[in-house]
Amino acid sequence: MSVDMRTFLAHVELANPITTAAGCASSGRELAQFFDLHRLGALTTRSITMAPRAGRPTPRMAETPSGMLNAVGLQGPGIEAFLERELPWLAQRGIKTIVSIGGGTVAEYSELARRLADAPGVTALEVNLSCPNIEDRGRIFAREGSAAAEVIASVRSIMRYDVPVVAKLAPDVADIVSVARACVDAGADALSMINNPLGMAIDTEALRPSLAAVTGGLSGPAILPLAVRCVWQVHAALPGVPLIGIGGVMSGRDAFQLVLAGACVVGVGTALFHDPYACLRIERELEDLLRARGFQRLADAVGLAHRPPGSAPRHLLVDTEESAP
Amino acid sequence: MQVTGTVLTTRRVDAYHALTVVAPGIAERFRPGHFVSVAVGGGHTSMVTRRAFSVHDVKSDYGGTVELVFTVRGRGTAWLAERRARDTLDLVGPLGRPFPLPRDPAHCVLVGAEYGSAVLFPLADALLARGCRVDFVLGGAGAERVFGAMRARRIAETTTLTTEDGSLGLRGRVTDALPSVIADTRADAVYACGPMETLRAVTAVGMEFDIPVQVAVEERMACGIGVCMTCVIPVIGEDGATRMVRACAEGPVFRGERVRFEDVGTIPFDALGAPGGGARHVS
Repeated sequence: MSVDMRTFLAHVELANPITTAAGCASSGRELAQFFDLHRLGALTTRSITMAPRAGRPTPRMAETPSGMLNAVGLQGPGIEAFLERELPWLAQRGIKTIVSIGGGTVAEYSELARRLADAPGVTALEVNLSCPNIEDRGRIFAREGSAAAEVIASVRSIMRYDVPVVAKLAPDVADIVSVARACVDAGADALSMINNPLGMAIDTEALRPSLAAVTGGLSGPAILPLAVRCVWQVHAALPGVPLIGIGGVMSGRDAFQLVLAGACVVGVGTALFHDPYACLRIERELEDLLRARGFQRLADAVGLAHRPPGSAPRHLLVDTEESAP
Repeated sequence: MQVTGTVLTTRRVDAYHALTVVAPGIAERFRPGHFVSVAVGGGHTSMVTRRAFSVHDVKSDYGGTVELVFTVRGRGTAWLAERRARDTLDLVGPLGRPFPLPRDPAHCVLVGAEYGSAVLFPLADALLARGCRVDFVLGGAGAERVFGAMRARRIAETTTLTTEDGSLGLRGRVTDALPSVIADTRADAVYACGPMETLRAVTAVGMEFDIPVQVAVEERMACGIGVCMTCVIPVIGEDGATRMVRACAEGPVFRGERVRFEDVGTIPFDALGAPGGGARHVS
């Protein structure tokens, strides 16, 4: 028996729930050397900015216990080159593509949305809200519900109605539920969480910060519990909103945790650095776990861990079905 | 491609470790200059980034083997140094762009510092097979850190050794010996691998003699396949513009004079997309 792995990101159907996390699949071509990208539920691009960006100086990466810090600084070709070279390559192959965008002002996000509104091949738009707002002393959009909502409302009003707008939230905020609610009220069709929490490491030989940028985003299995907690809290408060769960997923079991907490799509990031085939392996492992527990559809497991203690599973296990009178 | 390889032999070579791994698909696609990445720490490792290594030797026995040379620098390489015959290793490769080879027989000087020399031996074999003349200049801090002197002597026309402490060959650095080797051998091209500082100096010597220098850089990487964007260095493109390019995907081999060695570790102000050229926000 095979498990029905189809899932919906708002109204868009994906063949399976596994996507790449933003910034972890570069332009897509790098991973295409290893496997057929059609086997992904969707590919999420790196965060596209208006102008080309050279990013941060090196060292940009430091390995930490069960994780890594990165300070790449959104290196990328800019929207022009993205629309000319990268998106058409994905679109011509019919690869479901979630385009991530990043900006420093509401106007910049809006302009990016305007440029992407008529571009073929945009399955969904993910708004990376973990960028400093240069109009508000560099405060991160995602840390403030009102700033995040302003970006989402503007992008939502520009984007075509049939392209879902996904707000990507940061975990290092006082109350992720209030930011999530502000984004949904502003029109976000779905939410994705979590972006990298900020961390830091110090090189004890050089007696200096390990990263040239001093602080960097922490990723890898170290942040999985943080992701599970955020997905859980947001799903509990907003059960109707589709969630993309991201953060330290290395195995099908990790993905299953996020699904049980309420995610209907799971993003794989740092695992790709360790294993280029991670997405396929995780999808297979997740399907095996669901099958072993008698699920016929992935959708039946989404948010299942929220059921009250002592209550029976919402679905019928295969063997109990057979033994029923 | 990804291969689960079996360790065939392990050995110590002076200050370095060498691992021979049975990795059929990788060995058969390998070209000199390619590298491989290794997952370290075993099944449920806490080390999430792969380690990149250059390949010292490729053989066709046992369906294809590759030999990696490395030095213990941290937990990952310490784990790798503990591998024994019959252990398995997760390898991805061959990765990167290989060394371009001269079309006609040429005189080539191969310059290696520390264990960077390892990558030059498959290159020497390929050059010799094309009828090129090969001369080595190998160096290190001390005698035990000069890699591959014996093998170099066996295959090359001449081999010049340098150590900073004078314990083997000439006292000094490889670049102190390089000008006279280029002059004596009437070299047409230089190939080099080693630390950035050495590559910078070798490139300067090559430009003095007006001969091309191909360098293989050793930059820290997390993935090795071009997705993590952490191994970037400033390189001047065909159009004259400087871009931050990935050492793993666009390299590790570059034309020496294209690499802005002085600016490695920074974003040069004139690089494409440098701060100040537009969006200033970061993430």
